[in-house]
Amino acid sequence: MSSYRIQGGTGEWEVVIGLEVHAQVTSESKLFSGAATAFGAEPNTQVSLIDAAMPGMLPVPNKECIRQAVRTGMAINAQINKWSRFDRKNYFYADLPQGYQISQLYHPLVGEGSIEIEPEGAEPKVIGIERIHVEQDAGKLMHDQHPTRSYVDLNRSGVALMEIVSRPDMRSPAEAGAYVKKLRSILRYVGSCDGNMEQGSMRADVNVSVRKPGDAFGTRTETKNVNSIRFVMAAIEYEARRQVDLIEDGGTVVQETRLFDPDKGVTRSMRSKEDAHDYRYFPDPDLLPLELDDAFLEEARASLPELPDAKRKRYEEVLGISAYNADVLTADVETARWFEAMLAEGAQAKAASNWVMSELFGALNRLGKSISESPVSPKQAAELVGLVQDGTLSGSLAKQVFEVMLETGQDAGVIVEERGLKQTSDTGAIEAEIAKVMEANPDKVAEYRGGKDKLFGFFVGQTMRAMAGKANPAVVNDLLKKALDA
Amino acid sequence: MTDLTDLGIAAIRDGVAAGTFSAREVADSFIASVEKGRPLNAWLVETPEHAIAAAEAADRARTQGELLPLSGVPLGIKDLFATKGVETTAASGILKGFKPEYESTITSKLFGAGAGMLGKLNMDQFAMGSSNETSAFGNVISPWRRNDGGNAALAPGGSSGGSSTAVAARMAPGVTGTDTGGSIRQPAAFTGISGIKPTYGRCSRWGVVAFASSLDQAGPMARDVRDCAIMLEAMSGFDPKDATSLDIAVPQWEKALSGDLKGKKVGVPKEYRVDGMPAEIEALWQQGIQFLKDAGAEIVEVSLPHTKYALPTYYIIAPAEASSNLARYDGVRYGLRDLPDGANLQEMYAATRADGFGAEVKRRIMIGTYVLSAGFYDAYYTKAQKVRALIARDFDQAWEKCDLLLTPTAPSAAFALGEKSADPIAMYLNDVFTVPSSLAGLPAMSVPAGLDAQGLPLGLQIIGKALDEQGVLNASLAIEERAGFTARPGRWW
Repeated sequence: MSSYRIQGGTGEWEVVIGLEVHAQVTSESKLFSGAATAFGAEPNTQVSLIDAAMPGMLPVPNKECIRQAVRTGMAINAQINKWSRFDRKNYFYADLPQGYQISQLYHPLVGEGSIEIEPEGAEPKVIGIERIHVEQDAGKLMHDQHPTRSYVDLNRSGVALMEIVSRPDMRSPAEAGAYVKKLRSILRYVGSCDGNMEQGSMRADVNVSVRKPGDAFGTRTETKNVNSIRFVMAAIEYEARRQVDLIEDGGTVVQETRLFDPDKGVTRSMRSKEDAHDYRYFPDPDLLPLELDDAFLEEARASLPELPDAKRKRYEEVLGISAYNADVLTADVETARWFEAMLAEGAQAKAASNWVMSELFGALNRLGKSISESPVSPKQAAELVGLVQDGTLSGSLAKQVFEVMLETGQDAGVIVEERGLKQTSDTGAIEAEIAKVMEANPDKVAEYRGGKDKLFGFFVGQTMRAMAGKANPAVVNDLLKKALDA
Repeated sequence: MTDLTDLGIAAIRDGVAAGTFSAREVADSFIASVEKGRPLNAWLVETPEHAIAAAEAADRARTQGELLPLSGVPLGIKDLFATKGVETTAASGILKGFKPEYESTITSKLFGAGAGMLGKLNMDQFAMGSSNETSAFGNVISPWRRNDGGNAALAPGGSSGGSSTAVAARMAPGVTGTDTGGSIRQPAAFTGISGIKPTYGRCSRWGVVAFASSLDQAGPMARDVRDCAIMLEAMSGFDPKDATSLDIAVPQWEKALSGDLKGKKVGVPKEYRVDGMPAEIEALWQQGIQFLKDAGAEIVEVSLPHTKYALPTYYIIAPAEASSNLARYDGVRYGLRDLPDGANLQEMYAATRADGFGAEVKRRIMIGTYVLSAGFYDAYYTKAQKVRALIARDFDQAWEKCDLLLTPTAPSAAFALGEKSADPIAMYLNDVFTVPSSLAGLPAMSVPAGLDAQGLPLGLQIIGKALDEQGVLNASLAIEERAGFTARPGRWW
């Protein structure tokens, strides 16, 4: 494996990356209030008295949010802290009604864990996770509603976030991309976050520093709120290059917060360490420490689904699916669910995996649909694959049937019946057509018999055409060989 | 017929039930008294319509035999409690005009128990103060006067000074108070009435404007111990909307009231004998010891060695929490907004908060901000939390020797308005006896026990184990029964 290196005037540089991923917890209501959390609602329609920080309002922890964070911790093999505590992070901003964010600085809910990534074309690598803590999201300022005023939308205020903090273990944009992808996959499997980066329910703060290989860590910058995997990689690439150029030009990297501009592909300074807030963290006196009992933890663990790594292993080792197919089919929980629904309907695993990878993905790609929007159900797909397996349909007939299924939504069996697309192994009929083809092409028969083997394909094609594509190709081959070699 | 405003909660409840008088008559009498008492400035809002509606409901309920525990009892509500549709300001300019769309749990419970509301009571701004002089709407004047003929206007205590005055001046038979470091007990002592701060977590904080969340606790203030027991029963109980609320049943305190202390051990903490304490307070304390002995209790001397650190600890923790709790008053969503021409967001915050908060509130926000700052946090806040734990341990160790503690409530009788307002430290020292039990979250009550040489009331404090409100009420009752405190301020207003 070749390491990712930045070529500078003074030699090669290594980039060191750590990510803080903010993942919105999937739950009906907010972390400390009963208000709803649906995306895209009219501004300020999902705001309780607590979210608006009215006088005398108090937070009460939402058990479901805690449970989801615990399940996430378990999914990354992390230590779950049975005793944790909420702290207040104090700062003033118009999108922060309380004047503080309830977070967990000193005693996070989830401690050390790790996930394994497999960047394309590289060896698997374990990335350490330092902690996951639970905190409130802020509201949103809208600056485009009025020429001189800003509006505040508090719908997101108080929504539960998990902050998943990695170790500075990544060494290339590709590794960072693979890490976010894998993390998102796990979150979706667990069901603790929908992972929709474009809707902001998952976003990353990207910590980047550079050093000469083998040296101590350099000074890092933090690029905030990067909201796609592509941008995470682009921000790292830009930021690493910028830092190398800066150092080589005799400058020093300052510890600061930066913003990524996706239009220009650059990062820009937001504020330096000197103007950083003093957040005056202290334990939230409105809340008691969070203490989890064994029954709660056991339930959380028991509720975890089979996770991507385990599933992929099972696909390969138990179902006999190729490594590549297993990887693709398990990367996304929706795909795995769809595929397993096919198996539950009786489809043979290997055939089903090949069909999903080639036929289904091809069709969905063409239609611009995700697998959960597939016009063909897993049950219908299982029937179709079954018809190939039992010889009713040839591969090419199956393709035709699938096209009709996509258009009409009809079941494969019905289409085969109605349109007479059943493949035939009727040797008499096939032999009759072969005889006609040979009669019509005496010169080709002679050439073939004279040693031009390649012409065999021509006879297959002619025979299949004469049979309107419905002949069993294996039978055709067989009978043609006999007839021609006679 | 007796003046109905001379009656306490139990007497009103029983009289309404018996048909001796109607709830409406009671309400009218107190409403008239509230109007007459306006020179005392105890009320920020008067709500006679609320009291009348509750009274009429009580009178109807009586004919239907459906009286509730507080049917016919009109109450005063400290302005720290959010009351639906009724201006709630915490006596601060920053909340001027704020009418909540919600009812605090405590007022919901009281109204649900049949009580009516006479109005909202003046207080120290955001409950920060011991004399009621920090109110943005003018100080309350105590109904009491010294017997020296000087007619100096006296402090009603604080922060629940409007509450104490309303009861002492016969404008309400009972009121709600809140106590963070003594805000129920000290004003009760200053005005010759009773008041109990229950165990932290007994009374829901939901809908109570927060000062210091880990200390704030609501409680009743009334004419006597029984009335406090009745009100406290109605106010207490688990509230799922308050994460620090205790999920335990509310005992029937009134039913179990008894001034017989046989078998009880009462500790007298030697560290409460502070330097410069007036001889009269010491004498009152001795008198209290005698009362409790007479009631059958055994008196033991105990030590609470960390007492002297309680005030500094309190004045780190309470301002720290307050500095954060009060961040929400920013002019963005409700209350005062001061937006100078061309001001940006930061300037709006600064102008609004400079304008809206009083000097004492600002002082505490600044202290709190300082002690939580990077570089100072461990030296102040972390250390204060450790000392707080030691103070709580002092009490735990005392409970190995005794069941209850007896102390004076305050180191002096009521002082004159203006006497201490220029010296915050002198003002803070008023809480020296009440703060330790607040830091430990323990139930504590002040009960009037005598008068000083100038004819002003003095209170004794009973502190109990966590959840032992019954013990506190009973020992207080034993003092009440023996002190025979009948003094009341002459009506000069």
